[in-house]
Amino acid sequence: MDPELSPDQKLFEAAAKDFLDKEYPLDRIRRMDAGAGFDRDWWRRGAELGWTAMLVPEELGGGSVSGEGVRDLALLAEVLGAGVAPGPLLATNTVLAGLVAAHGTGPDHSAAIESLVSGEAVATWAVYEPGRQWAPLEPGLTARPAEGGFRLDGVKDRVEAAGDADLFLVTAATPQGTAQFLVPAATPGVTVERQWSLDLARHHGAVRFDGVRVDEAAMVGRPGAGEVVERQTQVALVIQCAEVCGGLDRVFEMTTQWARDRYTFGRPIASYQALKHRFADMRTWLEACHATTAAAASAVQEGSAGAAEPVSTAKSYVGDRSLAILQDCVQIHGGIGLTWEHDLHLYLRRATSNRSLYGTPQDHRRRLADLASL
Amino acid sequence: MTDGTTESVESFRLRARAWLAANMPRAEESAPAPGDELEAWHRARELQRKLYEGGFAGICYPAEYGGLGLTPAHQRAFTEEADGYEMPLLLNIPTLSICLPTILDMGSEEHKREHIGAVLRGEEVLVQFLSEPSGGSDLAGLLTRAELDGDTWILNGAKTWSSSAYAGDYALCLARTDPTVPKHHGLTMFLMPTKGEGITMNRVAMVDGTAEFCEEFFDNVRLPASAVVGEVNGGWAVATRQLYHERTAMGGGSPYVSGRGFAPSRKLPTPIDVARAAGRAGDPEVRELIGEWLATSTVSGQTAARVTRAIAGGHLPPAAASLMRLMGAEAMRLERDVAMRVAGACAAVAAGDEPGVLGEAGIGYLMRQGSSLGGGSVEMSRNIVSERLLGMPREYAADRGVPFNQVRRGRA
Repeated sequence: MDPELSPDQKLFEAAAKDFLDKEYPLDRIRRMDAGAGFDRDWWRRGAELGWTAMLVPEELGGGSVSGEGVRDLALLAEVLGAGVAPGPLLATNTVLAGLVAAHGTGPDHSAAIESLVSGEAVATWAVYEPGRQWAPLEPGLTARPAEGGFRLDGVKDRVEAAGDADLFLVTAATPQGTAQFLVPAATPGVTVERQWSLDLARHHGAVRFDGVRVDEAAMVGRPGAGEVVERQTQVALVIQCAEVCGGLDRVFEMTTQWARDRYTFGRPIASYQALKHRFADMRTWLEACHATTAAAASAVQEGSAGAAEPVSTAKSYVGDRSLAILQDCVQIHGGIGLTWEHDLHLYLRRATSNRSLYGTPQDHRRRLADLASL
Repeated sequence: MTDGTTESVESFRLRARAWLAANMPRAEESAPAPGDELEAWHRARELQRKLYEGGFAGICYPAEYGGLGLTPAHQRAFTEEADGYEMPLLLNIPTLSICLPTILDMGSEEHKREHIGAVLRGEEVLVQFLSEPSGGSDLAGLLTRAELDGDTWILNGAKTWSSSAYAGDYALCLARTDPTVPKHHGLTMFLMPTKGEGITMNRVAMVDGTAEFCEEFFDNVRLPASAVVGEVNGGWAVATRQLYHERTAMGGGSPYVSGRGFAPSRKLPTPIDVARAAGRAGDPEVRELIGEWLATSTVSGQTAARVTRAIAGGHLPPAAASLMRLMGAEAMRLERDVAMRVAGACAAVAAGDEPGVLGEAGIGYLMRQGSSLGGGSVEMSRNIVSERLLGMPREYAADRGVPFNQVRRGRA
């Protein structure tokens, strides 16, 4: 909903919206089979629309509408968030952010990048571990040197789209520090178990690595290169916040319309000051969520060293404030807002899921205190 | 600014950087002693004069009235460069960002020629006579009367909550000139000297010990016809413009300031200062609170920038300025809450017989609601957002369309 979009960005936005509305209307998402992933053909067509190319430079087969890939990606995430879209937008683009950031510093992954950009392959970041909070640079999974390569042992969980992924980008502890490896799902010793997920359209799994042998070419970048993990984190957070902004726009619009149409005691509920003031606060927070998300996207776009601060600011703010808005929208809808048939829970599921992953608002507040040299 | 073309923002920035370094004192070296307020006002006028002489005053004011006639982007560049320098922040609110823009938008040619240059040269301070003891939010229901005696207006009544009026030279004063029509149609705005005959001014003591606000009593104050800003009985249009500038300024979005922010009437410790003074900087719970405050104040600034841009670009109506006002107030409430909570067991009783940093957190907490009341209560802002931005039905008003002299009034 950025009023300052270029004509090309507007076209891109409209194409994504049309495609989503046609293929994955909310009703289809509500009825998504708990066991099913997303439609791979749908994702391939999304890739043809440019959904996986934005963070990838042209020489590696990518490109973006405005030339500012992170901003375009945030725009797309808003559109897809407004429809609670399925698909590995966050998972694949986060991996691509890492592969591109590490490009030229370690083994070559340009073939993997190409397959992800085309939509033929899907990748995801295996970074969380069972029972642990957000600590991307402290993996318990080990990668021990073993005859021309490494042997991976350990378990990752909360891995988005784990059941659909062809490639896992795995954080691992090596003798030289934390490193990342790009591991095909079909590698012997890799097993995936489905995990229950709050978000109906986005599934997660636990991925076990039992003596998985990879060669040196599987490494992404170099060990100890925390800035690649940081870049991935930043991209994931920008996508999360933008998705939530898109969802909030839709829910806020839906709820103001409801308040105008719904009458009690002979007047629309939008005429009660007790509700008008809550709408005013929600409208303010909505603007604030967009403002901080746009600022985070710009900082990540510029790749500035100071990007961590605006990104953590956005996650800290949007993560909690979005839920305050959504729960108040449920309250204003009344009992209908708690029913399965209503759309509200689809948004609440996505926002709650996004709040909890890649660092909670509390994690990011502590990081802001660190960054302020307190 | 040579041969009629506008200087680029980058070139202006570089020139400002060099000039500031050569001419302006660094902020930390020269902060005036707290409490010495008349000296602080004198200092602000002096600094403003320096800016004027250096060619950096009134960046967004038209050149024909003594400004530079440049864009908000030039102003932002200057503001960024001016960080860390001592700036005449006392003049930002209300003189430079509320009163003077109102005169620019609505004043007569004579007002503009007389006052814009004088303010930019540091010779004049402007203040507002708006609120009255009889009511705050219902501004248009004010009681101060202005009656014509030949060519002269005679003012009688009382005003209050006039920020820093004791330091002002002129005030924008809203008065009732026709009580026989509905309230908004019988008001006129005057630009009046603050120290004229018939004006009695007192200072209002606040809970934190400051006395920045004044109250004024008018006893047959005489003003010439030329004191009218805008039209006679058209004062509400002027006040609306003034309130728009006020909300923009309070939200941090004004392009008319000298330096970032405005001078607080009392310098309070930040939550970070409080955490250090309390020895609690290592406590994860304290760090979380501080992170929450840091995020919210950053978001408040980001929101102000976004809304200002959207209003300027016509994507949002001017009423959207209330969004930044609400967000700014929220950030300020959180700052006071966090400071008090971080001070913990030490917010209420100091180690010695001075409040110290931790006691200041307690005192600051007493004034927590200040930012939610000053410049119009947040309740009014919420009405504006819900009614003008979201198009929800207006509140019932018993005085709508009723001649002012027939509207019922309370006893308080």
